[in-house]
Amino acid sequence: MKLNRIAAVTALGIMAAAGTAQAAEMVVGFAQVGSESGWRAAETKTAKLRAHQDKVNLRISDAQQKQENEIKAIRSFVAQGVDGILLAPVVATGWDSVLREARDAKVPVFLLDRQIDTSDPTLYTAAVTSDTVLEGHMIGDHLAKLTNNKCRIVELQGTVGSSPAINRKKGFEEAIAAHPDMKIVRSQSGDFTRSGGKTVMESFIKAEDGGKNICAVFAHNDDMGIGAIQAIKEAGLKPGKDILVVSIDGVPDMFKAMANGEANGTVELSPDMAGPALKALIALKSNGTEPQKWIKTPSTLYTPATAAAEYKRRAPLY
Amino acid sequence: MSATSARLTRLTNIPGSAQLAALAAVLLGNWLVFPGFFNIRMVDGRLFGSVIDVLNRGAPVVLLSLGMTLVIATGGIDLSVGAVMAISGAVAATLINAGTPLVLVVAAALGAGLLCGLWNGILVALLRIQPIVATLILMVAGRGIAQLITAGEIVTFDDRGLIALGTGALLAIPVPILIAAGTFALTTLLVRGTALGLFIEAVGANERASAYAGVSARVVKIAAYVWSGLCAAIAGIIAAADIQGADANNAGLWLELDAILAVVVGGTSLLGGRFSLPLAVAGAIIIQAMNTGILLSGLKPEFNLIVKAVVVMAVLLLQSVRRRD
Repeated sequence: MKLNRIAAVTALGIMAAAGTAQAAEMVVGFAQVGSESGWRAAETKTAKLRAHQDKVNLRISDAQQKQENEIKAIRSFVAQGVDGILLAPVVATGWDSVLREARDAKVPVFLLDRQIDTSDPTLYTAAVTSDTVLEGHMIGDHLAKLTNNKCRIVELQGTVGSSPAINRKKGFEEAIAAHPDMKIVRSQSGDFTRSGGKTVMESFIKAEDGGKNICAVFAHNDDMGIGAIQAIKEAGLKPGKDILVVSIDGVPDMFKAMANGEANGTVELSPDMAGPALKALIALKSNGTEPQKWIKTPSTLYTPATAAAEYKRRAPLY
Repeated sequence: MSATSARLTRLTNIPGSAQLAALAAVLLGNWLVFPGFFNIRMVDGRLFGSVIDVLNRGAPVVLLSLGMTLVIATGGIDLSVGAVMAISGAVAATLINAGTPLVLVVAAALGAGLLCGLWNGILVALLRIQPIVATLILMVAGRGIAQLITAGEIVTFDDRGLIALGTGALLAIPVPILIAAGTFALTTLLVRGTALGLFIEAVGANERASAYAGVSARVVKIAAYVWSGLCAAIAGIIAAADIQGADANNAGLWLELDAILAVVVGGTSLLGGRFSLPLAVAGAIIIQAMNTGILLSGLKPEFNLIVKAVVVMAVLLLQSVRRRD
């Protein structure tokens, strides 16, 4: 009997606590792509951290790289009556009907790190992404400065047709267009992977007289850059000196490579996509401030000078 | 039949002539797009040149195609080899970082491949699930297993011994080439030095007839899948050692298709039966020579797949002339 009463009291207590928690806390659903890369894992970790700071109850769903799982997650978030949804879309198309359901239920949706293709932009509240064209432009400017505007460049492209590959290439070409002595002499796809970057770089080195004719390699992401560094080493050359290495993403291993003098710069793609989105959502909920349609995350250039310290700072995130 | 096609038929009647002709044509094409293709020199005590690249980069697909040949000869197929590569790489990387001695690391990675092969073999031979479906299970789940082992990250390592398996050289020859050659010799010895090869062909050609002749299809099939898993595990160790890290998402991605292609280019029928290991190796080298040639040519990446498809079609057409007659 006594035990029963204690149980009942405890249950009531929990319910009361839950009640107050609900009143105070905002509930946000996060439909995440999965954990296909270290960057993605860092994005999820940062989202949890930001949610904790902003006292938001964040419900994360891991879609394991499948759109149907993300769609299911959004439906269930809507059914749970969340205050907002963060969506990191795995692909660009096919979101219209599920986003319409969310809009009908008056749940604001924020896109993280990727845009979507839709004829109706009112389907989502705002998109938080980096400016991938700017990233390419920044690293191009950096390379121009390093080489006094004179460089024969080989390029390791990302997956053919993917938007970061197209945009980073575009930005980089814009940057070097101002300098007639900077040219991309070879360009191939390394599929954003280490082994892809290494394999392509090996062949580039052979095709360019054992690497003597290459001044720098521009990789569309750090993983390919790291692969290229290994290929340069195996060809008996010094990465970072004989052949300069610049890339984009800012993953920890690239900071390590820069600290070792094997790479010359990376533009960080900030993993903090959820922070700006949550801030905009809280502003929208508390005083109805409409956020900007495209919230750009900052792109920052990092050089070997600060690499060691930056590596240490990032270690817990990745 | 016209005189030219009769001559072509006679020429292509010798087994392997189609593959060798294709290989020669691809190499010639590479030499035309890049005159330095056959140049070889020494760098840091190892051979350095595009031909060496072809062999070195081709080693994983050569390894996969050895196991795949045996599986296909039994009338099966193994779609899981790419995922098994990811698993063995992940096992090797995590264990070496935990301070395990290299011998045990390699043994564990090979053991993982062996278990994967055994799993496939049991599904196909004992539970009689169609091979394409049975191995599809591990193709999908295997990458997930690898991701679980690496916790979704690229696990990097700097153990010199393990790295040497992917990037080292012995007597100036890159280690992956030696490993692939050694595995080829061992596989050949296994299937041609014993009756196993004959049993595999018998089971692939007619399972019931071979059962009446006293050949246990179950044992033969399981052996083939286990060997395929083992070969994939070796390839996985090389792939991880090559980039000094286990990339669970990308290691061996789509390589099962290259391996199947190599076997088919090598003239082994997907319906099972007669098989040839040396020609499968030739098939793998043709594919890699083509990949390397595309990289050297300065072609835009948008054309990679089209060029590859055209060459593959040409090789297969060359073979079909022979088979039709």
